Amino acid sequence: QKVSVEVLEHLERLALVDFRDAEGVERLQKAIQFADQLHEVNTDGVEPMDSVLEDRCLYLREDDVTEGNCTKELLENAREKVEEYFVAPPGNIPLPKLEEQETFLQGS
Amino acid sequence: LAPWVPVVGLEIHAQISSNSKLFSGSQVQFAAPPNSLVSFFDASLPGTLPVLNRRCVEAAVMTGLALNCSINKKSLFDRKHYFYADLPAGYQITQQRVPVAVNGSLSYSLCIDNKMSQMVTKTVRIKQIQLEQDSGKSLHDDTRSQTLVDLNRAGVGLMEVVMEPDMCCGEEAAAAVRELQLILQTLGSSQAVMAEGQLRVDANVSVHHPGEPYGVRTEVKNINSIRFLAKAIDYEIQRQIEELESGGTILNETRAFDSKLGCTVPMRDKEGKQDYRFMPEPNLPPLILYDAKSLPANMNHQQVINIDWIHERLPDLPSVKRKKLVEQYGILPEHSFTLLNEDGLAEFFESVVKQTQMKPKKVIGWILKDLLSYLKQHSLTVKESPVSSFLLADLLNLLEKKEISSTAAKQVLAELWKGEGKTPLEIVKEQKLELLQDQKELEQICQAVIDGHKNE
Repeated sequence: QKVSVEVLEHLERLALVDFRDAEGVERLQKAIQFADQLHEVNTDGVEPMDSVLEDRCLYLREDDVTEGNCTKELLENAREKVEEYFVAPPGNIPLPKLEEQETFLQGS
Repeated sequence: LAPWVPVVGLEIHAQISSNSKLFSGSQVQFAAPPNSLVSFFDASLPGTLPVLNRRCVEAAVMTGLALNCSINKKSLFDRKHYFYADLPAGYQITQQRVPVAVNGSLSYSLCIDNKMSQMVTKTVRIKQIQLEQDSGKSLHDDTRSQTLVDLNRAGVGLMEVVMEPDMCCGEEAAAAVRELQLILQTLGSSQAVMAEGQLRVDANVSVHHPGEPYGVRTEVKNINSIRFLAKAIDYEIQRQIEELESGGTILNETRAFDSKLGCTVPMRDKEGKQDYRFMPEPNLPPLILYDAKSLPANMNHQQVINIDWIHERLPDLPSVKRKKLVEQYGILPEHSFTLLNEDGLAEFFESVVKQTQMKPKKVIGWILKDLLSYLKQHSLTVKESPVSSFLLADLLNLLEKKEISSTAAKQVLAELWKGEGKTPLEIVKEQKLELLQDQKELEQICQAVIDGHKNE
């Protein structure tokens, strides 16, 4: 079963990945096939597991102020800053409309 | 033309009143230097992990109990993914699958026909209450084509209260939100001040003809006060009706309320339908809550949250307080609403009643008509009143003992309002407002008046 072009384009926009070429798409297909083997296991009546930690106790912290006040350190990571604010582009830069995009997928 | 049935549902985000954030130890505070209340976890630096704040869980449980919800003894945390500059991790930790509380209800009251004397009680179902993280704040600088990001708010604990679409207009929504606000403030789980962003309301609005399926709904955001909430909803209902009646269609979109223009406009920067790719939060095991029966024997009690213990310690909710005021003081139900609607007014009223012989039914008139209107005229809160409960009680005592007339009392109150530190008795003496009680003296005055006019 091949993954449809619509699904591939949807994935590219959601995860901001680029499947780039036929090899990339093939690798994705193989990964899905590999994961599909899970369906061979009979899970009737078995509660799904979230993580191996799910039986551990969730630690509850007391409501004390113990962190923060490290503006300088945090801003060291910023390429651009304005008076202790991080600087970002104005809103999300919209992905080019699908019609305008020249992706490999459209060529295939 | 067939009648239209508007349908209104609300999604309310209440900021939890706590010292530190939901999953980190940085401080929760309004208005601090940018990025000063941010921990490495809040900034989503690699290698950091969420650690749940006990107080936030208690706040959610209290709120759930106050809203008649079932508290889920096991609830789960999930990641909701989307890209935005003020969400550094690229996902928000929320409770999508199994939230902490479900299936509750909120009762609120409305005046029919704008007359305070006729109140009707309505109920809205609460679908669920979930714990989730707040995002940071984006300041849009359109001139320089950039956004400035302050992460002080990122990670603050929120309770999202989801109400079923049981409301039909702006007035109902406003009344429901007001009552929720009072409940949250009474519990202390949130200060719920809309102006400071501690209570945010998004409205889902649609219209349909009776008997037909629900219409397409729009989401209205950017509502900054309860008054604007009613306006925004009523505008949107009208807009949808007009659009449909002229043959148009309603888009399933997000609209922002423009308070200056009094209308809703489509919101920019909202890309079509989002796929949030919900997944379990792998770094947090399930949240387990206990009650008296299931309390584990050997656990450190700091690690245990007992729902029954919290239930026993819930304060009187507004509806209970109102009932008690009516029963104890013989005032009208609508009076009890006004008393609770103004911060500190009920306490002021009770304080005056304690210090005066005047019957509460009479005192209430002075509180609601005279005192409250003075406060409103000068935009003062009860706490800022230049007339204390002691002074007012003093004045009312003079009136009750018939030492002054009711007109004189109003004059004295006007003088007391100046806050010059005089007592009511001093003002009465200064302005010679005493009622004459002496029969003989009265007769002499009347006789003198009659004599003075004998010659006419």
